[in-house]
Amino acid sequence: MSNLLGLEVKKIVETPPEEVERVKNWIDSEEYKEKNFARQALVINPAHACQPLGAQLAAHGFEGTLPFVHGSQGCASYYRSTLNRHFREPAPAVSDSMTEDGAVFGGQNNLHEGLENACALYKPKMIAIFTSCMPEVIGDDLTAFIKNAKQKGCVPKELPTPYANTPSFNGTHIHGYDSMLVSILQNLTEDKKIDGRCTGKLNLIPGCDFNTGDYREYKRIMKEFGVPTTILADIGDTFDSPCDGTYNIYAGGTKLEEAADSINGKATIAIGPYATPRTFSWIKDNYSGKHVSMPMPMGIEKTDNLLLKISELFGKDVPASLKNERGRAVDAMTDSQQYMHGKKFAVYGDPDYLMGYVSFLLEMGARPHHILCSRGSKKAEKELQGLLDGSMYGNGCKIYMNKDLWHLRSLVVTDPVDAIIGDTHGKFAARDAKVPLFRFGFPIFDRVNKHRFPLIGYQGVINMVTEICNKFIDIKDETCEDRFFEMMR
Amino acid sequence: MSDKIRKIPGITKESTEALIAETLSIYPEKAKKKRAPHLGANDQGSGTACVKSNKKTVPGVMSARGCAYAGAKGVVWGPIRDMVHVSHGPVGCGWYSWGTRRNLVTGINGVTQFAMQFTSDFQEKDIVYGGDKKLKTLLEEAHDLFPLAKGISVLSECPVGLIGDDINSVAKKSAKELDIPIIPCNCEGFRGVSQSLGHHISNDTIRDYIIETREFAEPSSPYDIALIGDYNIGGDVWSAKSLLEEIGLNVKSVWTGDGELEKIAATHTVKLNLIHCYRSMNYMCKVMEEKYGIPWLEFNFFGPTKIRESLRAIGERFDDTIKEKVELAIAKYEPIMQAIIDEYKPRLDGKKVMLLVGGLRPRHTIGAYEDLGMDCVGSGYEFAHTDDYDRTAPEMPEATVVYDDPSEYEFEKFAHALKPDLIGSGIKEKYVFQKMGIPFRQMHSWDYSGPYHGYQGFEIFARDVDMAVNSPTWKLVKAPF
Repeated sequence: MSNLLGLEVKKIVETPPEEVERVKNWIDSEEYKEKNFARQALVINPAHACQPLGAQLAAHGFEGTLPFVHGSQGCASYYRSTLNRHFREPAPAVSDSMTEDGAVFGGQNNLHEGLENACALYKPKMIAIFTSCMPEVIGDDLTAFIKNAKQKGCVPKELPTPYANTPSFNGTHIHGYDSMLVSILQNLTEDKKIDGRCTGKLNLIPGCDFNTGDYREYKRIMKEFGVPTTILADIGDTFDSPCDGTYNIYAGGTKLEEAADSINGKATIAIGPYATPRTFSWIKDNYSGKHVSMPMPMGIEKTDNLLLKISELFGKDVPASLKNERGRAVDAMTDSQQYMHGKKFAVYGDPDYLMGYVSFLLEMGARPHHILCSRGSKKAEKELQGLLDGSMYGNGCKIYMNKDLWHLRSLVVTDPVDAIIGDTHGKFAARDAKVPLFRFGFPIFDRVNKHRFPLIGYQGVINMVTEICNKFIDIKDETCEDRFFEMMR
Repeated sequence: MSDKIRKIPGITKESTEALIAETLSIYPEKAKKKRAPHLGANDQGSGTACVKSNKKTVPGVMSARGCAYAGAKGVVWGPIRDMVHVSHGPVGCGWYSWGTRRNLVTGINGVTQFAMQFTSDFQEKDIVYGGDKKLKTLLEEAHDLFPLAKGISVLSECPVGLIGDDINSVAKKSAKELDIPIIPCNCEGFRGVSQSLGHHISNDTIRDYIIETREFAEPSSPYDIALIGDYNIGGDVWSAKSLLEEIGLNVKSVWTGDGELEKIAATHTVKLNLIHCYRSMNYMCKVMEEKYGIPWLEFNFFGPTKIRESLRAIGERFDDTIKEKVELAIAKYEPIMQAIIDEYKPRLDGKKVMLLVGGLRPRHTIGAYEDLGMDCVGSGYEFAHTDDYDRTAPEMPEATVVYDDPSEYEFEKFAHALKPDLIGSGIKEKYVFQKMGIPFRQMHSWDYSGPYHGYQGFEIFARDVDMAVNSPTWKLVKAPF
């Protein structure tokens, strides 16, 4: 007996196969589900990340902007690699590598040195600073630190250095997106409001959306409308840059001047009320023109509403081309509704995505049977319930707020569905439930090019309908008896 | 180890030093002074490091490094399949490291293996009031919901150490109440300078909480060994283990790829520890040598040349029955390997590769590239120490550039000057170089392929390197207009 714990040295015991079999069946049972749902402290397979990840996404949406993580360096590596894997694109960001001495003395020295080096090496037009856990716990004063940095000359006085407190122990990536975005806009628009000036433009904030196809789709829609538009936090090119033999560290993003002038816009639409509440409320108080907060335009009705709103704000009729597009999307739906009608889905993700999935499914006559949000609010729950109540296909569908993907597993193995909509992390639950997983959310680590296919607008409807229905038809072809295997479907 | 000095045409000590000087010229004075000792020209004959290492990362330069938590969760503890690994603190760290290392496992998810994301998902109130109570509850819940889990590791994230939680006493108490091993691991990300300290801390917790708490049920044999520092990336362990078994050894435990807690706990009775990743597991090899008199041997299972050398060195530690089986295995596989080389070498001969990986592969894979006729013209590590760079010197050609914890700027500059035909590094670097039109393979994760270890692995490695370097898609990068 010489282990350091002074414990008796036991023989290795293999778990008997019948015990493995028992537990294997047990985790699929109602009894297990109840136990699983009674959890108070342990979170298993959460469907959300932490604030700084969203902050980095927002930072990437501006021209020449270097995301800067004030905190431990491992955090930056995690955010970067997550974005790399999802987009299969570079995600340059630096960290000021705080370590033990930072915990004692605070992170000011790291921040100052980091800013000076980052400027020298990567020549950014803006540095967007956000925090990970460490400085948040020890209470670093970013306002003072950055002011001192400029006084000391670590960073040029005129270089915009917006910053956001993005503690990981509060909210999720969508809240970090919101905090960083509002801080960038506050910084860039300072003293830029000019009485009587109107750019005539629409400011469109796509929200915490990780689909570059959506950004391109917004731009295309606005072009059809003939409405000049500034996308605020435009990651469309940042994370979908050409492979042409050169590497551009800042491949995209909203022009800083344009972002600065956005305060004089004709109207602002903030998409995704759950990912943009702070940004929107600040804009309402400070931006010229009209301000509207709208859900992600997924499905026909939500897209209609966006187009009607633009039409109203700019006094322009919805162009014939978009009307035709709507017709084509509806045609795609009516042509294929039989493959989705009555099918049960489990859906999970960020609240803004969820509203979109649910609206779309109900429009198709499908049932969003289990709706799960791993960090949601009462408001989101109420809105989801409203959507369910508005359709007979919402009958019997249930919302699970603040539950994780291990809860989802219990749901789909005890109360089966035909498919799941979510992100890559749901693939284990989907496999156990033997149903397909439609990867519409974030992140998508195990399929290629999905982020290039828009989910918003009428084109998004066509993409979703096509992917879902064809998969169901594939399954039928792969699993039906020979005598039912036929030419047409 | 190469016995003669290898030279690459066009690369001299002077050219490499000029490249380094030019690269450093952009840095502010202080950062330049800090970075300069970490870049050097290899002195192959010396067998000693030409760079400094294991120092704090320079802030703001865009390092590829991770943190101590990453070293503990991702590398050492995470791959043990029959345990629940709790990422203790806010939600992010565990979420980012969930399934992203490719340490494959056998078993049934949620029943006998737990490759999932367990977290205490700290909220503001846990920061203010402490998370110890929450930890106690969640340990009970984990034990309740996963009764076949052999133990639980508690891996601290940054806030836990900063707010002064006492996970050690919670773990001790709960381990007693629940009657399972619960290992507290104080691997907060702000500790140390890289993942490396997380490896060390984790090794220490294995020493303190695990080793010698179990023994094998079956009687011991003179051929009992442990496979140390193989994390089963893309199935590496399965390939290495079958080869070791083929030469007559009993692989009693694996640290920690597809690992089993109780077998790891009984490793103190093996006759030899075979260590692949020296950087992350040398600590426990040394402990087992001192405490139990178990010798350890470094080996290299990348590419037929290194495999042959390693198998013979392993054979030397045993009697003739093993030595004979070693020769039989070499005789059996070398013709197969030669056929692979004959297929790929004509397309890869003389091609140049640059590496930046973690703590082992920047030296261990060089031989495999050389087997395919390729030259390594630059290599470096994220988190190696001096002893790793000492071991690197003889493997690298003379005067080639060696970089320790390079910034993305430096790596780009070196690649721009050296014009490699392939870069082997990580996901953060991959798309940077692919945009430049430089073929790339992720060499942490085997780029969703593998295994690369052993004879079985070399075939896949050779195919992957060829398909990266010679893919027709690279010819399309430049537009004709």
